[in-house]
Amino acid sequence: MFRKRYGCLPAYPPGGTGGHHAPRRGLGRRPILRAVGGSALFILLMAFATAWALDVPRLAGRVNDYARILSSETVKRLDGQLADFERTDSTQVVVLTIASLGGESLEEYSIKVAQAWGIGQKGKDNGALLLVSKEDRKVRIEVGYGLEGVLTDALSGRIIDHAIVPAFKAGNFDAGIEAGVSAIIAACRGEYQALSDENHSNESSGDTIVYGLLVVAAILSAVLAGLSPVVRAGIFGILLPLIGFFLAVSGGLLLLLFAGGAVLGLVGPYLFRSGRGGSGGFYIGGGGSGDGGGGFSGGGGSFGGGGSSGSW
Amino acid sequence: MTRRLTQAIVLLMALTLSGCGYNQMQTNEESVNAAWGNVEAALQRRMDLIPNLVETVKGYASHEKDTLTAVVEARSKATQVKITPDTLTDPQAMEAFQQAQGQMQSALSLLLVVVEKYPDLKADQNFRDLQNQLEGTENRINVARQRYNQAVELYNASIRTFPNFITNSLLLHLQSKEYFKADEAAKQAPKVKF
Repeated sequence: MFRKRYGCLPAYPPGGTGGHHAPRRGLGRRPILRAVGGSALFILLMAFATAWALDVPRLAGRVNDYARILSSETVKRLDGQLADFERTDSTQVVVLTIASLGGESLEEYSIKVAQAWGIGQKGKDNGALLLVSKEDRKVRIEVGYGLEGVLTDALSGRIIDHAIVPAFKAGNFDAGIEAGVSAIIAACRGEYQALSDENHSNESSGDTIVYGLLVVAAILSAVLAGLSPVVRAGIFGILLPLIGFFLAVSGGLLLLLFAGGAVLGLVGPYLFRSGRGGSGGFYIGGGGSGDGGGGFSGGGGSFGGGGSSGSW
Repeated sequence: MTRRLTQAIVLLMALTLSGCGYNQMQTNEESVNAAWGNVEAALQRRMDLIPNLVETVKGYASHEKDTLTAVVEARSKATQVKITPDTLTDPQAMEAFQQAQGQMQSALSLLLVVVEKYPDLKADQNFRDLQNQLEGTENRINVARQRYNQAVELYNASIRTFPNFITNSLLLHLQSKEYFKADEAAKQAPKVKF
């Protein structure tokens, strides 16, 4: 009756509560809703918890001492040694120490980090990662495809057994890692040569050239509005890939230049005509990647799972 | 007239550049074959290590004849079951292959557990080298297997989604490839009574 008249249930049961019950308000009337909402939240949290795996840490430099087991002099010394080695050999070696693996497998984590950081030069795959997990008392040397010939599984195992683990067992992390790094460098020395400057610039120039040519084509095509569209399409469709080819643009991009040239030849003048919906120009996208400036970054090398693990 | 012309050209461009997945499916299939090549290379590497391992263990633990024989037999059986890129689509062939490899892995694990009671053998540098090489090879097999499965996932999805499946049923007739699953028996660590 109450409900029909007032459209809701009374806040207090008729006849009083005897002082025992709080007034019924809002969702309190629907314990089922609360139960469902609570368990949904719980399930969501559980899903997050089980899906959580150890993230790849940020690449801060050649020596990443996240477990704080090395002294700053050691870090500086190692960094210099590794930078020199990269300069002479183009081979990249990186050190990573973490506090704990959080239950994740050492090998899976190690290759995940090495691959994500792209240690080693692209194409050569001459990279190596020395990983130490402090709480798990585990150490691993992860070796890239290109170094597997010199830094073999057996040799990595020996380096760990004889150079790194004895020092670690004595509690001396600085000495252990320095000995390990020196041994790795000695094993890999001479396998690769230093990078020449031209290797760096070729990577990123492809994209920039394509953008540049397309822009020039659009503008030229507007200028040549007097010609018939088909003639223009033909001219640009042939000219653009030719120029691209002489500027060492790769195959896929050449096809793009052909198609783009033909289309721009056809519609070029219409892109710049005032009164149309489009704007007077179009966005000139950024060029290729280029290198990251002064900091250290991976060269894009890959890993296949070679290397060796050990514990102390 | 011009607007329709532009629209027609844009549509034509889009179609020719994507080709309704014709090129993409071929590329994906090649990736699968390449990834399978890596898996086979890693598995072959394991097989090549076995004779050396058996000889070294014999030198110290000649009583463990049964375990050693089991390893050698598993190896010869595994060399007989082969998979070529053509048979990657055949579930039975893949099943047989996985089983043979799994049995070899079990036999190897058992051997490595059994040698635990020979401290001289464990201290031998040769054996230690072999152990490192075996572990490295197992890791390589794992990595190659994961990457192969990822390539298969990409390929299977690309031949089944729209509009690629039309191109596939009309022109290419490519089939789904099988995943390389870990053998169930090999997952269990062997139990040895000393």
